[in-house]
This record gives sequence, structure tokens and C-alpha cells, in this order.
Amino acid sequence: MLIRTTVNGRDCEVDVWPGASLLALLRDELGLSGSKNACEQGECGSCSAWLDGELVCACLVPAVQADGAAVRTVESLGDGERLHAVQDAFLAAGAVQCGFCTPGMVVAAVDLLERDPAPTDETIREALAGNLCRCTGYQKILDAVHLAAAEPA
Amino acid sequence: MSTTATPTVGGIGTSARRVDGIPKVTGAFAYGSDLDAENSLWGFTLRSPHASARIRAIDLAAARRGPGVAAVLIADDLPARRTFGLEFCDQPVLADGVVRYTGEPVAVVAAGTLEEARQAAAAISVDYEPLEPVTDMEKALRPDAPRVHDFGNVLRHVHIVHGDLETAEADVWVEGYYETATQDQAALGPEAGLAVPASDGGVDLYVATQWLHVDRQQIAPCLGLPEERVRITLAGVGGAFGSREDVHMQIHASLLALHTGRPVRMSYGREESFHGHVHRHPSRTWIRYGATRDGHLVACDVRLLLDGGAYASSSPAVIVNASTLAAGPYEVPNVRVEGTVVYTNTPPCGAMRGFGAPQVCFAYESAMDALAAELGMDPLELRLRNALHTGSVLPTGQVVTGSAPVREVIERLAAMPLPPEEPASGRDPISYPGGAGNVGRGESLRRGIGYAVGYKNIAYSEGFDDAAEATVTVRPGPDGPVASIRTAAVEYGQGLYTVLAQIVRSELGVEEVVVEPATTESGSAGSTSASRQTTMSGGAVLGACAEIKQELGKRPLEEPISRTFTYHHRPTTELDENGQGEPHVAFAFAAERAVVEVDAELGLVRVLQVAAVQDAGRVLNPQGATGQVEGGTAMGLGLAVMEELQLEDGNIRNASFTDYLIPTILDAPPIVTELVEVPEPGAPLGVKGVGEMATVVATSAVVAALRDATGRMLNRAPATPEDLVGIRLPATTAGPAPVPDVPGQRAIPEYAGLGLGQQELMKARER
Amino acid sequence: MEALLARSLEEALALRAAHPEAVPVAGGTDLMVAVNFGRARPPALLDLSRVQELRSWRRENGAVFVGAGMTFARIGRELGEFRPLVEAARSVGSPQIRSRATIGGNVGTASPAGDAIPVLAAYGAAVVVGSTRGERREAWDAFFIGPKRTTLAPDELVLGVEWQAPDGPGSFAKVGTRNAMVIAIAGLCLQLDLRARTVRLALGSVAPTVVRAPDAEAFAADVVPWDDPERGLPEEAAAEFGRLAALAARPIDDVRGSAAYRRHAVEVLARRALRWTLADRSAGAC
Repeated sequence: MLIRTTVNGRDCEVDVWPGASLLALLRDELGLSGSKNACEQGECGSCSAWLDGELVCACLVPAVQADGAAVRTVESLGDGERLHAVQDAFLAAGAVQCGFCTPGMVVAAVDLLERDPAPTDETIREALAGNLCRCTGYQKILDAVHLAAAEPA
Repeated sequence: MSTTATPTVGGIGTSARRVDGIPKVTGAFAYGSDLDAENSLWGFTLRSPHASARIRAIDLAAARRGPGVAAVLIADDLPARRTFGLEFCDQPVLADGVVRYTGEPVAVVAAGTLEEARQAAAAISVDYEPLEPVTDMEKALRPDAPRVHDFGNVLRHVHIVHGDLETAEADVWVEGYYETATQDQAALGPEAGLAVPASDGGVDLYVATQWLHVDRQQIAPCLGLPEERVRITLAGVGGAFGSREDVHMQIHASLLALHTGRPVRMSYGREESFHGHVHRHPSRTWIRYGATRDGHLVACDVRLLLDGGAYASSSPAVIVNASTLAAGPYEVPNVRVEGTVVYTNTPPCGAMRGFGAPQVCFAYESAMDALAAELGMDPLELRLRNALHTGSVLPTGQVVTGSAPVREVIERLAAMPLPPEEPASGRDPISYPGGAGNVGRGESLRRGIGYAVGYKNIAYSEGFDDAAEATVTVRPGPDGPVASIRTAAVEYGQGLYTVLAQIVRSELGVEEVVVEPATTESGSAGSTSASRQTTMSGGAVLGACAEIKQELGKRPLEEPISRTFTYHHRPTTELDENGQGEPHVAFAFAAERAVVEVDAELGLVRVLQVAAVQDAGRVLNPQGATGQVEGGTAMGLGLAVMEELQLEDGNIRNASFTDYLIPTILDAPPIVTELVEVPEPGAPLGVKGVGEMATVVATSAVVAALRDATGRMLNRAPATPEDLVGIRLPATTAGPAPVPDVPGQRAIPEYAGLGLGQQELMKARER
Repeated sequence: MEALLARSLEEALALRAAHPEAVPVAGGTDLMVAVNFGRARPPALLDLSRVQELRSWRRENGAVFVGAGMTFARIGRELGEFRPLVEAARSVGSPQIRSRATIGGNVGTASPAGDAIPVLAAYGAAVVVGSTRGERREAWDAFFIGPKRTTLAPDELVLGVEWQAPDGPGSFAKVGTRNAMVIAIAGLCLQLDLRARTVRLALGSVAPTVVRAPDAEAFAADVVPWDDPERGLPEEAAAEFGRLAALAARPIDDVRGSAAYRRHAVEVLARRALRWTLADRSAGAC
């Protein structure tokens, strides 16, 4: 089935199997492998992306629903030269170990800060509750979000 | 797949930024599951639905006809060796007439898309004759139990006798029975990789693994190829924690690639992943401590049983580790340990962060708390009174020659401030135990505090020379000298490459350091496990730098200078017939305190804080080291309250992240870490590994805190809400499992004439 | 597999009638799990995500209608006056799930663990169903007939749910083994109606469908001090309420929890929920 969608600002036309997820479309058809596939059931958040501005698990979005919609992924962050403040904060705070959860975590953190520029620990925890990390114990991820929030816009 | 040089100043002792950080935050970092090649096929595995069965017939006709299908292979199609394994080659590449666990690979398919491969696998018709499985570790010891393998269900029994337990005089004895469940590593990155057939008839494999060379040693014979024609390049690894130490898709993908002449990519889904890697051994431990009235340990008697599942994996090493550490980080003059690992028809168990140490820590620390209560003594005071130190003699007769600041670790822990008391009412509902479920407004909250002290060996044991090679090259560059490191050592998140770069920066004064892709072109670096890699590869890099420095001392840098160094740790020995010897290289100690809040009526837990002190030798990267402590703590916390792979008749009931629960950010507490630096003599830079010790102690500390909060005995990990409210009673036992009659301390397959273990072969070859 | 994209309610109903074998999908948070795992291969998907008529809600006097396409994120943001519904919405999955999972999906999937369903049951809600044959309304307890089974005919779609806004405070709670992202081991919703002087208690995850606890409700209606908003409830009365609630549960042992624990959790939660709602009444909270 032919899907017309805009991904990270670029118009794309892709032919996908109707049962495919948006995640499969991104990774297998568009070569955008930044969004990850750790659980395929929306439990881990490693596939987090934006669909028409809303934070979603791309693995649970039927690809056909991206038709006519705008999709944004981790690859849209930063401007090629400089990292997004959240990305830089993750590195500065030591919030990256294996990195598999990192793209989804960064996307969810960016989403949070776009809505709430000065979150508390509780708000951050609730916002990132759908992003699993197995390496860090989350401590430094919290640090990173606070650090990014403290950056001047 | 190469990593980027990070142009920051960052030598030893600084929290230098990760050398692979930028690609990881931008999503550009290529994990095994991200790899693809032109003209590639997808590989998929058909797995057994039975825990034990004979295969009467396999009909591939429909599968082979499937759209897009390029190959369907079963055991009969295997070109050469049909088995592999980390210790013994007892694990079939594809089930050969019989399946021994639910999930065992029976066939592999290559097709144009993953969906086509899946459909084809579903079209394979296997005629099974189910057999009676043995799925309980104690039942496996019975003489009438079904045999997983011909030579019986005992894989290895370790017998340690030190001093004289019979005549030991104690004023007080405590006795306890403790269980730990099967834990899953649950690395987010799945088993994945890409196999590309080469023009020389060999294969180029890009895979997420923990040890390139031991993989190659197992893969090549199964492909009928000499090792030189199996070339492995490390793909990005999305976490491992032991689950990438055993071969997963490597042989399958290579077989399919060679058979079809096309690249084959394989990437397990989460449900398959649960079946496709080894797990932490579930344990049953019967332990007795005897002590004097004033709290000096006199005796320790341990009967330990681990369930190794259907194949050996690294179980023979796990049981030795666990058994030798089973008396705890304490001086005990009279010790007996009988440790057994058995086969059952369950998914194989093997390496997982801690490697047997967390299981015995749960038993000995729970028993020590019971002893403290019996003596009316402060639990930390009891530990201090008996703590190991440099010069102590261990139950194996090994003398602790390295640093052992156990007292200091405990004292630093005791001094860490407790989190402030919080009012019971008026909080955001999400801050109560139960979190987002809105189950409480402060009812029946009980606070509890618990401690655990533990230890673990570093590097491989029992005479294994797990050496590590590294090559350092320095060359003139446009903006000054540039250094590069070439190592086969695996980085899977703990920051190894970053500390190696830091070492080069400090030793050579070169700021720009590149870490090249890890391949089998280099010599073996050994496994990234056993908290060994900073020591071993750090030692290799240090050695290479020392030689380069000598060269640089003689003349200015005009041409590249390259030096390769292989670092060996000091030799260790096997255990004699009484379990005596010098089996371990070095030890690291850790202690944690957990403060929990329990909703006593519902049995729901909120961990308020974990304070962690770790004996780190020398800290090369403070942020990296605390990151390991924090992550390791979260993993141990998982086993304490929520993680359990539930098996029923050998079948995994919860093979998904919906029902195998790992801690979310709402479950993870603030973790406060202190690192004690007493350099390890003889270790490069005095370092000790920090990867595992937090996991070793965290489970015990949290359960101890839950006991304190609820007053319940809690002799099982995880302690679930059912345990905490008392609906499920403590685990009971009919008594210690009988000690099997074995020919000696070695793994039984060896006595059964099944050849030397894989790792024995590695020892023999590298000498 | 085919994908049928509906762009209006009329088109959706027509497609549904013409393709009864097509599985309706809005947020996809249930269906896509089964598809990704290879467990479901429906011959066709009927995409409802673009049907604007389903993505709204209204309140006319006391009659509330919430369209099937309302996501839990929007419910949390926009239906703040219905506190138990918002509490249930907040407990669903993660922000990523809440932005997609819909109340229509909860109802259509009809899992006894569906988070919104106890709230609908405590509200005495009706499910509004549409087809090319017209609309019908069915009381929630007639609509849900078993685990993942409803009276929805192959040519029908869930249009939404409707209820009379209750006059009083209510509360939702659900128990899981960790602090986020759990499927309920046990859940409930309690709703007071101060004018009618009734207490409604609905239990989730402890029976083949969501069930009400009529004995507990009748008992509570008797003991709640309706005339005195400042008074709470004596210990024994709250405890008896909890016991009666637990008796209405018919839970099973499964991989998430035991029947015994589920009954126990219902008893505790029911007792607490009644206290909270009475406290909220005193505080003037609704």
C-alpha cells in the first residue's frame, strides 16, 4: 500500500505491507534506524517518535495511519552541526551507556521540555515512565533532563 | 561502525565524555539490529514448543515453497560439527532428533522479508513425540528422574572443606533456606547481526556479542571452515549483562548466508529473545552459620543448588564462583560448601551479571541478619566484626593478597545520611507505593532499612588465562599526534572504550584518540564480563603505551609507531579434591543500604534510596563508575521486587515486557554512591572492575529492608506483593538436597569422555 | 492484508458493513501488539483514526457523551470534572500510549482489565453503537458479555459511551506489581451520587468482565452519613464494605497474580476508595 507522509520535514512516498508499523516504515523503508525495536509492544519506548506533534510508540502505530501525517524522529534533533540541548545534556550527565534506549529517551525528554520547561523530579519520572533503560538505573537520565532544562533556550 | 574521536581533554580520573556518545544520542550508532546489506535475506528460527520431545519427522515441503523463501535448514543439513557451547559443545545448532527445552531451535529459514520467513517457519510441520520433562532442580537429582543427557542430570558438583565443621564450637547457630528466581538480563538491544558470505568461501559476521574469539571458535567448526575464514566484526551492542556471551544467531545466520550465497540478517523479537539467550540460574540455598556469643563466626555450612537448564553454557564456572563465595566476605575458620548445578528441561541458564554471586549473597546476608538478630547485635557491627581484609584466608584456602577494604566500605556506608522522613499524607498520588495506580493516600506506610555486604571475583578463574591483547598506534597528524586503539574487546555500554582512550591520553599525552572497530583481526581480548575488561584491556593498552613511550623517548614522532601488547593476570589454580587452591585472580567488595517504604496492606513498594559503597581500586572515570553502580543496583532491585521468569513445566509464561517487569524510572530510587579507592596491587593502575558488585548486593539489601518494613521472613527473591502481605508464605523445604556422588570436582561431561570444555581448549591453545 | 481508510463516520460505517472481516483500529495499542508478534493477521484493517466525529465529547445538561476516538491523553486534559475517569486515564501505560489509546479501544477490546471500563460501570454508562442500520444504546453490563467479548455485531462500530453526570465524588484505583506501566492485577472505581444517595462500585480484573458489587453498594448506601457531609465512616463499616466488595470478585490465578491476592487487593482498595470519596465530599471536592 502506498503511503504519502512527511518525515522530518521531507515528503516521502513508501510502499508498505498494510500490517506494518510506523516503526517498520521508518527503519526498513526509509533507513531511519534511530528509532529502535526493543519490544514491539509499546512497553519500552525505544521507538518513541512524534506523529503530528504527539509523542507515540511508533511500533504501535499502523503505518497506514502515517498517510497524510507528519512524523518526526530522533534524527530531526540538532541541526547537523550542533546537538540538541537534550542530546548534549545526556552526554554531559553520563546518561548514555549502551545507548539503545537513548533515542527514545531523548525524544520523550524533548517532548517533556517542550511542554514543561522546568519539570520537577516527579514530572520527569511520570513523563519518562514509558521509556525503559536497563543500563543506567535512570539516575543520570534525571540529571540530564534537569541539566537540559537549565540550559538557556 | 567506527567510533568517533572525541576532541576533549580527558585523561585518567576525569569523567571524560563517551567516545561513542554522539552517534548514540543522534540515533546514528549502528547496533546489530540496524545492520543491513544489499540483496540481503531475513533469517528466522523455528523453536520447539515442547520442553522434552523426540522429533519423529520434519516436513519442509510447504515451507520451502513459501513466497520469498530462499532456504530452510534443519539438523540434517548441517555441513560439519553439529554442536557448540561455551564450556562443552553439548548444545545442538539445530535440534538433532530430540529437543530438550521449550524454545530450542529446530529449523532456520531465510526469506526476502521477515514476514515471509515467519510464514515459512509456521509452515514447517514437525512431528513431535513429547517426553516427560524434568523441570525441577531437586527432582533432577533423583535417580528416577528423566535424564536430560545420557550421563545424568548433574553437570558439576563442587565440594569445599576448610577447617573442621564437625568439631567447630559455636555458642549460637542460625539456619536458613533461601530461594532466588530465574532472572532475565533483559538487555534492550536484541540478539542480532548480519552474516555476509565472502568470496573466499568464508563468512564476514557483524554481530552483537561479548567475546569475538570464543564465538569464532564455536562458529567455525560448525560451518566446516578454518577460523581464519570466519571474520567477526563487533556490531553495536544494546546491553548484554551476560546474555551475549553464548552464541545466539551467529551460526544460524552464517549457515543461511553460506547456503544461499546472500547476506542474512537476523534480529530476535522480544518474545524470542527471552527464549534465545541464557538466564540467571535460579537457586536454592541451605545455609548455617555458627558464631560465638560475641559475634565471631566460627562455622559456615552451605548446600547450594543451581538449575542450569538443558545445556551447559557457562554453568560449570558459575557453580564454582557461587560455591567459593558462598560463606560471604567474612573470616570463617570452618567451612563446608556443597554446590551443585543440574540439568533440567528448561531454557539454559548461564552468565548474568554477578555470575552466581548474587544468589549466594542473598543467602549469606539473609543468614547474617538472622544471626545478628539472634545475637542481639547491630547487623553492621556483626559484619565489621568478621569482615575479610588483606591477609584473610578464604574457604578455599586462598589468601586475600589484594586490597580488601571491607571495613572501610561498611563504615563509609554506615556514615551516609538517611533520606529525610516524608509525611504520609498530602503527596502527589504518584509518589506513593503503587505509583500511577492511585492506590494510596498514605495508608499503612511502613519504612524499612536493610543492609547487604558482598563480594565477587574479578576475571576468570580456576587456572584460566583470559589474556587480553591490544594494539596502540600513534601517528603524526595535522593538528598534533593522533592515537588509535585496536582491540577485540567488546564495549556494550559500560564505557570501556572511553577509559581505554583516557589511558592513552594520560600515558602518551595525546588528546585525540580513536578506537577502531573491534574485529577478529586482533588477538583475543577475552570476554567483556566478570568485571575484567578495564583491568585486562586496560593492562594491554597500558603495556602498549609503555613500549610506545620508550620509542618516543628515543626519537621524535615522524612515522606511525604501533605496539601490540598482551596482558596476562597472575595465574590461578584449580580446586583440589577438598576445594582448596587459588582459584581467583582478585576480589572486589561492595555494600549497600536500601531504604524502602511499603504499603503494608497492599504489599506495594517504593524504594526511597539506595546508598552504595564500592571498593573500586582506582577510579578511571568517576561518572562511568557511578553509572555502573547505579545500573547494577537497579538490576539487583529488579530481582528483589519484581523480576522473575515464570516457568511452568519448562515453559516460560511471561516472555514479554508486559509480564516480565523490569524497573521503570518510577521504580528506581535515588542512588547515592561512594567509591573507595585502595589500589589493587599488581593490577594495571590499581583498578578493580565495578560492573557486577552492585548487582551482587542490591537484591539482598532491598529484601532486608522489606523484612524490616513488614516484619516478614521473606526468604525468596523476588518478594512480591503476595509475599509482603503474607498471602504467600515463606518458601519451605524438606531439607538440603542430597549431595550427588561424583568422580571429582570437574564438570561431569569431562569424566564422561566428552572432551575438554571449550574454555579448556582456549586455555590449551593460547599457551 | 488490506487497509481501508475511513475519513468520515458515514464512510466508516459503510466500510464496516461491506467488510465485516476488517478489524477496526484507532490507536492500535492493542491490535498492533498482536500483529507485531505475528499472532494476528486480519484480512484487513479498518482505520478509524481520521474519523473526526468520533474524536469529540459533549455535555448537554447532565448527559455526557465521549466519542470512541477520544484518547486517554485528551480525556486526562479535557474531562477534568470526571475525576475517576482522569485517574484511570493517568494510570494507562505511558505518555506514548495515552496519546494513542482510546476509550473506544478499551470498550471494543473488552478486556476485563481495561482501565476505563470500571469507571464506565460505576457511572452506569451505556455504550453507543452505530452501523448503517442506525444507532443503538446498550447498558455497559449488557454490552460486555465475557472476556474480550461484546454484543458488537460484525457490521457495528463503537461510537462512544454516554452517562448521566453523577452528582458526587468518585475515585479510581488499580494495583500492579510496579509503579508504572502495569496491567491491573485488580482495579476498581467507586462513585457516590449525593442526590440519589447511591454508591456504585465496579471491579476490574477480578472476573471475566468488569462487575459491580451490589451487596457492597447496598451496604454502603445504608451506612454512608448522607445528611452529614463532615462525618466519615467508622472503621468497622469501611471494613465490612471492603469485605463485601471482595466477595463480589471472582478472580483467577494467572501469571500476574493469584486469586487470593486479587480478592485481598479489592478489599483494601474498596475500603480506601470509600474513605477517600467521603473525605473528598467533606472537602467539597468532586
